[in-house]
Amino acid sequence: MLFGEMIKMALSSLGANKLRSALTMLGITIGVFSVISVMTAIGALQYSIENGISFLGSNIFQFGKYPANISASGDVQEKFRNRHNITYKQALHYYRLMEGEAREICLKSFGYEVKGQAVYNGVKTTPNLLIVGTNRSFLTANAHTLAYGRNLTDEDVELSRRVIVVGKIIEKRLFPHETPIGKVVRVSGHTYTIVGVLAEKGTAFGQSQDDLCIMPITRFFEDYGEAKRTVNIATQAFTQDTYNRTFDRAIGAMRIARGLRPDQPNDFEIYSNDSLKSAFVNVAGYVRVGAFVISLIALVAAGIGIMNIMLVSVTERTKEIGVRKSIGARSRDILRQFLTEAVFISEAGGVLGIILGIVAGDLLAMWLKVDLIFPYGWAIAGLLVCSAVGIGFGLYPAYRAANLDPIEALRYE
Amino acid sequence: METRNSIRPPGPVVIDIENITKEYVMGEEVVRALRGVSLQIRRNEYLAIMGPSGSGKSTLMNMLGCLDTPSAGRYEFNGKNVAEMDDDELAAVRNREIGFVFQTFNLLPRSTSLRNVELPLIYAGINPDRRVERAAQVLADVGLGDRIHHKPNELSGGQRQRVAIARALVNGPSIILADEPTGNLDSKTGEEIMELFENLYQHGNTIILVTHERDIAAHARRTVHLRDGLIEMDHVGFIAELDMPLAR
Repeated sequence: MLFGEMIKMALSSLGANKLRSALTMLGITIGVFSVISVMTAIGALQYSIENGISFLGSNIFQFGKYPANISASGDVQEKFRNRHNITYKQALHYYRLMEGEAREICLKSFGYEVKGQAVYNGVKTTPNLLIVGTNRSFLTANAHTLAYGRNLTDEDVELSRRVIVVGKIIEKRLFPHETPIGKVVRVSGHTYTIVGVLAEKGTAFGQSQDDLCIMPITRFFEDYGEAKRTVNIATQAFTQDTYNRTFDRAIGAMRIARGLRPDQPNDFEIYSNDSLKSAFVNVAGYVRVGAFVISLIALVAAGIGIMNIMLVSVTERTKEIGVRKSIGARSRDILRQFLTEAVFISEAGGVLGIILGIVAGDLLAMWLKVDLIFPYGWAIAGLLVCSAVGIGFGLYPAYRAANLDPIEALRYE
Repeated sequence: METRNSIRPPGPVVIDIENITKEYVMGEEVVRALRGVSLQIRRNEYLAIMGPSGSGKSTLMNMLGCLDTPSAGRYEFNGKNVAEMDDDELAAVRNREIGFVFQTFNLLPRSTSLRNVELPLIYAGINPDRRVERAAQVLADVGLGDRIHHKPNELSGGQRQRVAIARALVNGPSIILADEPTGNLDSKTGEEIMELFENLYQHGNTIILVTHERDIAAHARRTVHLRDGLIEMDHVGFIAELDMPLAR
């Protein structure tokens, strides 16, 4: 029997019980949807991380009090919270030890709690600017570039000048028609002169990277306090080749700066682009496995639904099977017919699940402002799994149908 | 009525059964449905198989229709031994050589007349264009040329049985096996269906009627009476013998 004929027969039988077929299909759709949407979103994120976003500039590693993925569990956080802050004094000690060993050493302290708001001529920005106290190396260390004006200088830090370099969002909001260079703005009650504007960097994980103000770290401490702040230190090696050597020396220098005895473990975190990426990839891996297991369970449940419906269908259509056999259908024709129906339900549900999953996953990716992807691999895997579910769970009902005794089947009312 | 008595010359033997038996195990009891039946049916015959219920009539029909194989004995269909065929071969014989007509029509309810008639051709592997053409032709032959796109529930009982007859004819079978074809029809419609069978007979088809109604069996040219799994009487013609043996 021709393939087209089997599809036609399957469609006609399934069409006779539209609601039932649709509900059975829905089970598969949900299973496939869950895995495809998660895989699409994660795939899009990972693609952006591996190919687009750089957390840090090149050849850079960073020391900080907290690890990159601080959102682990409460206990782990406790351990980090009890660490001593990296003080500016320790940071300067490190700076001096490492001078000449590295291309750039960026000391930075973030005013996460400040929620800065810049005001110029009565115009205000949203009150969620990130204020950073740092030095001239911040741009390199955090992969920012200067649009125009000038960067912070060592002199600015030394003299704790009231100067700031602002992100693109602040420029667009406060200075739509004039240059901000040389203008005096108020930020959270303090006045600063704008000396430079950063080039637009876009968003990462749904967060803008253009709403920050950077100022000399010394000025930052004077205006916002030094006592409870920890300093992050980013160090850039001269080249890729010297990276490992610089890295080793830096750890030694950091231990000296922190006053650690040789038997004490590091009381600071070290992270690099690679470690940040692998931290993400680790988490993504767990989410993937979770999504996979959940959808597998959903698909098995849906498969049982298919088997159930097909068994009901075989019983209901016993007479039809008898008639078909009496006019010359072979057992394998009947087997194929019922198997086709099961696989068709499964595949149709799968295709719908894949489409909805990709749409949902990419909507999520869009919301996170990362590039959209089409997860071919997962889509194909989804279809294969659906075929397997359809065949696996359709085989027994189809086998039962195929082996009905034609005489008994014809007599069935 | 003059056509009814005209007997066409029989052709070569189509069905040749010799001393077949069929036993079923029902619970702990062995039911001997057929106890040694021998029968020869030639092409161009119009035969009625009669008998009360429990006489083995249905079993014999299933056997003739290759839905079942005998427990013992010889059954040759067009010279081929049916008793030794496997399921696929039996299906092929049912598909190409036998046209079933049932009391309850047994059409697929959701399919159009055309689709129902096409079905044996689908299983025979005929390509779609020829299939539709052939099915439409046969439907026209049984007088349903204007009903090919109707579904069974849009047709009268007589029309449904005509669709079933068209389905039986469509592969050009060696025999038409009709099981109480008028059992679900009123007598007028039943008479029309019997006229259609008469017509088919006159055009060279071989017809086997299974019935317990004498009026219906009277259309046949030869009658086989079954009783308790044995052939009680096998005689040509019907009307002359309408006395003792049937007066139960």
